[in-house]
This record gives sequence, structure tokens and C-alpha cells, in this order.
Amino acid sequence: MTTLRQRRSLALALRLAAAVGLTALFLFPIYWLFMISFKTPEEIYAFPPKWFPGRIQFDNYAVLFKDGDAVTVWNSLVVAFCSTVVAMFLGTICGYSLARFSTGGRRLSDWIVSQRMIPPIAVVFPIFLLYVYLHLVDTYAGLIVLYAAFNLPYVIWMMRGYILDIPAALEESALVDGCSRWQVIWRVVLPMCRAGLFATAIFAFVFAWNDFIFALVLTRTEVATYTVQITHYFGGQSNFWAKISAMSVLGTAPIFVAMAFVQRYFVRGVSLGAVKG
Amino acid sequence: MSTLAIPRAGFAQRHFNYLLVGPAILLLLLIGIFPLVYLLIVSFQGITMTDNSSDFIGADNYRALFADARLWQALLHTAIFTAISLPIELALGLAMALLFLDRMPGRAIFVALLLLPVVVSPIVSGATWSLMFDHRFGPINQIIGWLHGAELTLLWTISPHLVYPAIIVAEIWQWTPFMFLLLLAALGNVDRSQLEAAQIDGAGWWRTFHRIVLPAIRPVMTIAILIRGLDLFRLFDIVWALTKGGPGTMTETISIFTYVKGFQQFETSYTAAVALLVIVLLSALLMLALRRVELAR
Repeated sequence: MTTLRQRRSLALALRLAAAVGLTALFLFPIYWLFMISFKTPEEIYAFPPKWFPGRIQFDNYAVLFKDGDAVTVWNSLVVAFCSTVVAMFLGTICGYSLARFSTGGRRLSDWIVSQRMIPPIAVVFPIFLLYVYLHLVDTYAGLIVLYAAFNLPYVIWMMRGYILDIPAALEESALVDGCSRWQVIWRVVLPMCRAGLFATAIFAFVFAWNDFIFALVLTRTEVATYTVQITHYFGGQSNFWAKISAMSVLGTAPIFVAMAFVQRYFVRGVSLGAVKG
Repeated sequence: MSTLAIPRAGFAQRHFNYLLVGPAILLLLLIGIFPLVYLLIVSFQGITMTDNSSDFIGADNYRALFADARLWQALLHTAIFTAISLPIELALGLAMALLFLDRMPGRAIFVALLLLPVVVSPIVSGATWSLMFDHRFGPINQIIGWLHGAELTLLWTISPHLVYPAIIVAEIWQWTPFMFLLLLAALGNVDRSQLEAAQIDGAGWWRTFHRIVLPAIRPVMTIAILIRGLDLFRLFDIVWALTKGGPGTMTETISIFTYVKGFQQFETSYTAAVALLVIVLLSALLMLALRRVELAR
């Protein structure tokens, strides 16, 4: 006869084993990607495949910096950062207005959130034609404006939710104490929802940073982002594996770090605020 | 919100709420209204790579939509990817959420690690899987070879029989953790006292799950399905990285089709009609879906 305690610890051991197995399964592709970037060409094109690099070496990264390809990571940083700043500023004040004054009613907020869902390819095509006319193709400004616009519905919606979470009473007393309405926003509202503000900014940044399709259409050589650069290494017979993996790691490692700070807000962030987590 | 109500003061004060919304709306017009208007105009013209005249040619482009087998196939491919990936992601995500629901050592670390695939750029995850699926130097064929006992050369990104499984595996890898994390949060919010009451009443695991847990997490499930369904309708990056829509046009999604028409074949006016069709289809789907779900109101 097994005791209840024995059965419980057996169940836990089985669950742990399943958890370890699943996590390993989901992490293996990321491990593979990162590891290839540290391999020598002989190790990458070894048959059968080598499961560990012989020793960690950074030649694959050095090549990217020497050839100037790494500048595409800088381009990604510039457009993602600037567009996030614009979207956060415009989106937060708009979200405040929706939250506190129900501006435009339900119809406006529905329209805004539906803009989040529009298919990028259908939008980027007319935008491309417009940008050709305005000479904005392959410029920072062009990409920044588009990413800001595309992230705006997300920021408005999330900030509206975070502002609704904080009580309006403090704002009322600040108004009574003689603060202007702008002061109320900057001194009372924003400090109170700074965690949500930070998490929303990180997510908006990651969306712009990870985008491929807008950058594919709207960049040529000057401001190509890292995602576009990766696809330049795809080609017929010989994929430049070392470059693909090293460039991917340069683009992926920063997001992993950023996510560590906002993990608590992850579920809320990716569910458009629908699940509070 | 009595004291927050706009007082009867100067113009800027009275319209403060509109002042805050205005700049954002202005920027949103760039993606919300301009494309619709512009696509509508261009789609009634006859601009192609060789013909740059902006004369109006009526509804020819729209008539051509219906005769374009490749377009409908692209929609079909998109539907196939969605119909296969989405249920698997949901079922697997739910199973994982149930596994991780109760306390276990290292739970927080497992959850933090399982989140990583979701935040990787889809183009990077496509690239990663093209390294994984490489027929000679990739680990997948190696592992299958071991299990099979003989060396195998499966052409995952080229062979017509294998491209769909390859793309769907990559898709499931990236987005199952999304379902997992949302459902884990939902399961964590299920009312404990109800579960205990069911246990006292002697309800079995399945009965409890079916009658109490499932209804409780249904709203979150609906939203997760909605978000993923809309994402899959726009599927582009992973397919682009793995097959570019090939072999031939076998894995071409509607987004890839639109891209090829507009930016490789330069069928400007026809692409405008296609893009408008995509927007109309998606809006219809969205309206149907939004009727069933309230986004965090």
C-alpha cells in the first residue's frame, strides 16, 4: 500500500519531469540559434551536427561589425526608440482623455482598438506609395512615423486601462489645490501608473524592434533594420548561417533582457489588457 | 467623476479632453483612414508596372479578383495554417497551463523561460527553424535519423509534403507559450472555493474541469483565440523566412500574395484591390468576433 504522501511526491516528481522536458523542448531552438553564432565554420557545417561549440569564439560577431552589417541593429534601435517615445506621449494623453472624460464615447475607443488589428501588408502598400511621393522611403523619419502610428492604438488602449486602475480622487483634490490640468497629468497621474507606463513602453518598443514587413517595404540600404538584414543572408544554396545566427542574437538578446524587467506585466501586455494576470 | 468634469472656463479648458485626443487621432488617420481612401481610388485605376496612366478603368480590378485562382488559394492556405495551428496551440497551451498551475519547485523560472519564444521576432524564429530544419546540418533530421536507425534527408523547406508541417511546427513553437501564459493566468484566477465545494460534493476531475474551470476561463480563451486568429490571418514572417511561399505558391499566404503582387510584380492597381479585399475580410471577421467578446471593458 502506498501512502498518500508517497503518491503526492510521485505526482510531483512526474510533473517536474514533464516541466523540465517541455521547457527544454521549447528552449532548444533558441539554444541552437545562440550556439551557432559561437561556432567556427567547420563546426557549423559539420556532419553529424555538433551539439556544443568547441570553444566560445566571437569571430562571427566581429565580421558583422567589420562589414558594417551591425549598423542595422543601430537602425532598429533608433526607429524603435524614437517611435516609442512619440507613441507613448501621444498615446498616454489620449488614453487619459478616454479614461477620465470618456471622450468620443464607446465608438471612438472601439475604432482605436480595431486599428490594432489591421493587416500590416494592406496598410504598408498605400503608405509606400505615399512615401515614394514624399521622399520618405528609406529614411528614419518615415519608419518612425509609421511605427508610432502603428503602436499608438496599443499604447492608448493599455494606458487607458492602467489609468482606469487608479482612483480619480487624487486628481480631483490636486485640481482643488490649484494644479492645472497638465500638472495633474504629469505630477499625479503619471507617477501613479509608472509601472504600467514602463511596461507599455517596453512592449511598444519590442513590437517596433521585431517588425519585419514595414521595414522590408520601406527601407533599402540606409536605414535597413536588423530583421531585414537577416533575410539578406538567406539565399539559394549557401545560407550564411554564422551571420544569420550572430545577427539574430544581436537582435534577440536585448529583448530577452528587457522582458526580464516587465515579466510581471507580460500577460496583461500581450492580451491588450484583457487578462490582468 | 464630478469634480473632474470640464468646468465652464476658457476654450482650451472646455475642450481639454479633445486637445488630448487630437494629436493621436491625427496620427492614426495615417494608418486608419488614408490607406482606405487611397486604396479605393487606386483600385479603380489601371496602374501596372508598364502603364503609369492614372485613368479610371472602372471595376475591372475587382472583377479580376474573382477570376484569380492564386488569390483564393492564398486565402485557402491562410485558412489551413489557422485551422491547424490554432487548435493545437490552444490544446497544448491549456495542457501546459494545467501542468504548471499548482506549486512546484522552480515554477517561476520555468514560466519565465517558456515566455522567451513569444518575444522573439517572428522573422528570427523563422530563421531559427530554417537552421533547425536544414536537411543536412540541422538537428531535426539528425534526431529523426537516430530514431529511425538510418540516415534520413528530409527536405523540410522544399518538399511539398513537408513544408506545411515545417511551418506549422515553427508557428506552434512560437505561439503555444502565448496561449500557455494567458491560460495559466486565467486558471490562477478560478475561484478556489467553488473547486473545493465541487470536491466536497464528490465531483470527479473531468466533471469539475468541464463544469467549473472551463466556463471560468472561457472569456480569456476567447480573447486568446481572437488575438491569435487575427495574427494568423496576417501570417507573413515565419513563412517568408522558411519558404517564401514556395515551393511554387504552395505555402503562399494572403499577406505574401499581396506583397508579391505589389512589390515584385508591381501590379499597383490590382494590389490595391487585393489590399482592400484583405481589409474588408478582416474587418468582417473582427466585427463577428468582437460581438462575442468584450475587450477589457
